[in-house]
Order: sequence, then structure tokens, then C-alpha cells
Amino acid sequence: MQQFFINLRRSYLILGFVFLYLPIIILIGYSFNASRMVNVWTGFSTRWYAELFNNRELLNAVWMSVRIAFSTATVAVILGCITSYVLIRYRSFRGKAFFSSMVTAPLVMPDVILGVSLLLMFVFLNQATGWPETRGSLTVWLAHVTFCTSYSAVIISSRLQEMDKTLEDAAMDLGAGPLKTFIFITMPLMFSALAAAWLLSFTLSLDDVVIASFVTGPGATTLPIAILSSIKQGVSPQINALATLIILGVSAITLVAWFFVRRSNLNSTHKGITQ
Amino acid sequence: MNTSSSTEKKIKSRLKGTGYFALAGIPAVWFLLFFLIPFIIVLKISFSEADFSIPPYTPLTQYAEHILNITLNFTNYLSLLSDNIYLYAFISSIKLALFSTVLCFLIGYPVAWAISCTRQSLHGLLIMLIMLPSWTSFLIRIYAWMNLLSVNGLLNSFLMKIGIIKEPLIILNTNYAVYIGIIYCYLPYMILPVYNSLRSIPHTLTEAAKDLGARPAKAFFKITLPLSKRGIFAGAFLVFIPVIGEVMIPQLLGGSQTLMIGNVLWQTFFNSNDWPMAAALAIMMLIILMVPIRLFNRMKATEELIRE
Repeated sequence: MQQFFINLRRSYLILGFVFLYLPIIILIGYSFNASRMVNVWTGFSTRWYAELFNNRELLNAVWMSVRIAFSTATVAVILGCITSYVLIRYRSFRGKAFFSSMVTAPLVMPDVILGVSLLLMFVFLNQATGWPETRGSLTVWLAHVTFCTSYSAVIISSRLQEMDKTLEDAAMDLGAGPLKTFIFITMPLMFSALAAAWLLSFTLSLDDVVIASFVTGPGATTLPIAILSSIKQGVSPQINALATLIILGVSAITLVAWFFVRRSNLNSTHKGITQ
Repeated sequence: MNTSSSTEKKIKSRLKGTGYFALAGIPAVWFLLFFLIPFIIVLKISFSEADFSIPPYTPLTQYAEHILNITLNFTNYLSLLSDNIYLYAFISSIKLALFSTVLCFLIGYPVAWAISCTRQSLHGLLIMLIMLPSWTSFLIRIYAWMNLLSVNGLLNSFLMKIGIIKEPLIILNTNYAVYIGIIYCYLPYMILPVYNSLRSIPHTLTEAAKDLGARPAKAFFKITLPLSKRGIFAGAFLVFIPVIGEVMIPQLLGGSQTLMIGNVLWQTFFNSNDWPMAAALAIMMLIILMVPIRLFNRMKATEELIRE
């Protein structure tokens, strides 16, 4: 009986992982296919990678997306930090509940609603004030910072909540100002949360297609928009090659981040034991 | 001396107070400007009419001969209620979202349970591997299934080779493909909260049940399942709410009979260029999602996600 349950669990695990990973593995495999047909294997080749690196349009889109994602993640973490500080460390003030629900609402809002509302707002602003003059990478960045701040705030505030406030109090009692305390005590203590928030914001911004399609303008094609217009025409091996690079890149970064977090967790538990 | 230092202190704390509020003001103003005010504008534009101008809608207010005229146009909302396409799209989105939530639960719960039963040291790695695909590109994961499911795709050629079917199955551009895509993309968001709530159940409870003579199945249905209710609800909302607004999966995997409200909004906006109607659709979607979003916020389900 016991053995039956162990086997059952094992098969659930295996089936779950096969379902999640098989399509991705097949996609990666066929990026090395010599044939243009995606369903016929004719031999190993890296020609699609070579074509990808000669595709200027796609490379421009990659560069634009990376720039937007980098600046989005940086600003979103700063805003998320301020937001969490206000939510967790401030005494309650009038409108705090409203503030909190406004900041977390984008988390559960479908992308189409966010996209359409931001676009209409940019159009309205442009008519009323003349700014933003055109829609493009600036408007995409503004939109991305908005929803990435919500994610950052959730990650950072959960860390801030479980953090020992006495350390900050001690620093303040010893004469450090709030800013100094924040930089030398609070920030190092929540470094892993800040890093996680930054990485999540970066990948979310890099991945967004729906909101960007609404708020972007002529000349500002982000990577997901370029991918979308390409796969609407059907399956193409060049996209397989690009997908492979994205998947391997994200996986590598995630694994490195995961090992760092794990090591720091192990270290802290180890210290706890020896103490 | 004493009084002057106390006033100094008061001023200092007053200054500190303003400083704090200035700090709080930055995100507050940002979210007012880029989240709250946009909704008011959507509401406003949903009451105007499509027009061949730039921007493509009629103004609500007109100032003519010293009289301010405000024209509220309910045509968009009337056609939402009378045009079968919209009504059908709402009903079928809700149906699709409900079924895929249930399917995600049926597939995801056993996986989450299996993970929570493994050695403690493996948990972090397994959960990271569950989430990893969702950190890569969403579009690429849909694209992977376009490869597999097409008429001459790999699934069909595999099934024909081993002789299960003689004719290729038509899956791509049907609702089956939409279900597969939704489950594939949203399964991790069911597994993670369920795993988190399963992990917090003390082992002693199930062991006590077994010691008292309950069979494993009974212990599961009487102890484990009820105690993981929070995780199940969190997961259900995390699947249901975004699926209602899903655009890309119906657009790329669905066919002519797939009508989902997010995709209808997209097409109204980009293909018909009818911004006011798209705004009205967004308002209606928001009204429908209000109940699940309220419930989700009340149970503070986001905490379930990041309790790592």
C-alpha cells in the first residue's frame, strides 16, 4: 500500500514535469533542424542561428526590449521599495488602505484592461498638455514601471514584514538618521528580496506583449511584438532559434540566482545552529 | 531652554512627518496618474462614439454658443447587451475560464501534493523548476504548442506513426488547443499556492489520523484537502482572473469558434478601430472581475504566492 502511494506520487511528478518541459525541449531541438519544415528532421544545422544574427530588425527589437526592461526594473525596485516602506513601516495614516489596494490592484488586472486604459490616458494627456508627444519606448516604459512596481512592492514588503525591526531601531538610537539606517541596515538585510524584485520586473517587462502593443507607437517595436507579428505568419525556424536563446538565457540567470539565494539561506541557518 | 528644545523636537518631528509623506507621495502620485485616472478616462470614452478623427472618438463635451453640451452616448452599452457576439463572448469566456480553472486544479493539485511529499531538501529545486517555464517568454510557450498541434505537426505525425489514428486530428485553431494552451501556461500559478498551503500542514495531523485508523484516502479527504483550501482558492483566482482577459492564447491557438472577451476587445480596438466600444468592453470586463478580485484581495491570496 505504502509502495503504491510512493509510485503514484512519483508518476504525478514525472508526468507534470514532462508536460511542462517536453514542448520546450522539442522546440529547442527543432531550432537545430536543417529543414525549413518544422515537422521534418533532415539533419543538424545552426543555419537558423546565423540567419537570426543577421536579422537586423529582430536584433533592434531585442536591444529596445532589453533597454526598456533594464530601466523598468531599476525604477520599479526603487518605487517598490518606497511603497513597501510606506506600507509596512509607517504608522497608519488616512488613506493607507486605499493606497495599499491601489498599488496591488495591477497584479490582478488583466493586461488588456491595463493596456487600453493606459493608451487612452496617454492620448488624453497628449491632447491636454502636448505630452507625451509620440508614443514609443517612453510610454512602454511608463506602463511597465507601473505594473512592475506592484510586483516589486509585494515581494519587498513580504521581506520587510518578516525582518527584525529592532536592528533598525538600534541604529536610529545610536544616532543614524533614517536614510543612513535604510542604506546601511535595511537594504543589506533585504538584498535578496531586492534582487528577486529586480529580476522579476526585468523578465516581466521583457515578456509583455499585450500592454506594449497598446501603448507603443511607430518605430518602437519591442521583442515580443516582433515575435508576435512573426508567429502570426506561422511557424518559422528562426523563431525557434530565438526562443532557444531566450529560454537558455532565462534558465541560466534563474539557476544562478537560485543557487545564490539557497547558499545564503544555508549560511544563515548554519550560523543560527552554531550560535 | 527646556521649552525651546521641545519646540525644536516638535519642528523636527513635523519636518520628518512631511518628509515621510513626501516619500509616500511618489508612488501615490505615480499610481494615481498611471492606474486610477486611466480608468476614469476609459469610463469617459466608453460614453462617446467612434469617429473618423484623431483620436477616433467624438468629444463628450462641446462648448457652443456659451452653452456647455454634454452628450452621453449609451450606444456602446446597449450594443453590449443586444449584440449576440458580445454576450456570447462574455458567456464563453466565463465558461472557458471556469473549466480551465477546474482542469488546472485537477492536474496541478496532485503535482503540488507529490512535491510536498518529497524530501524537504528537494522542495526548493522542484518548485523553482515548476516556475521556470513561466519566467521565459509567454509567447514562446504558446508558439511551442503551435508547432506541436498543427495538422502536420509533431503530435499528429507521432500518433499516426504508432498507429493510433489514421487521419490527422484537427486540434490547432479549435477550443481544444485553447484549453491546452491555458492549462500549460497557468498550471504553475495553481501548483505554487497549493504547494505552499500543503507545506504548512503539520505532518503530525495526517499521522494522527492514520494512527486512529483512518485509511490514507480518508485521511487525505478529511485532513489534507480541507486544510489546503486556502491554497486552492488562491490558485483558482490566479488562474480564473487572468484567463478571463486572455488575448494571446485564443488569438494564436483558437479558431473562428473561439470567442473570448479579451480577444474581442483587442480586435475591436486594433481591427475595427472602435475605441469607445473597446472602452465599454473593458468597463464590462472590470465589472465582471470585480467580484473575484474583491474575494481574492480579501483572502490576501498574494501572500500565498510569495511565502517561499
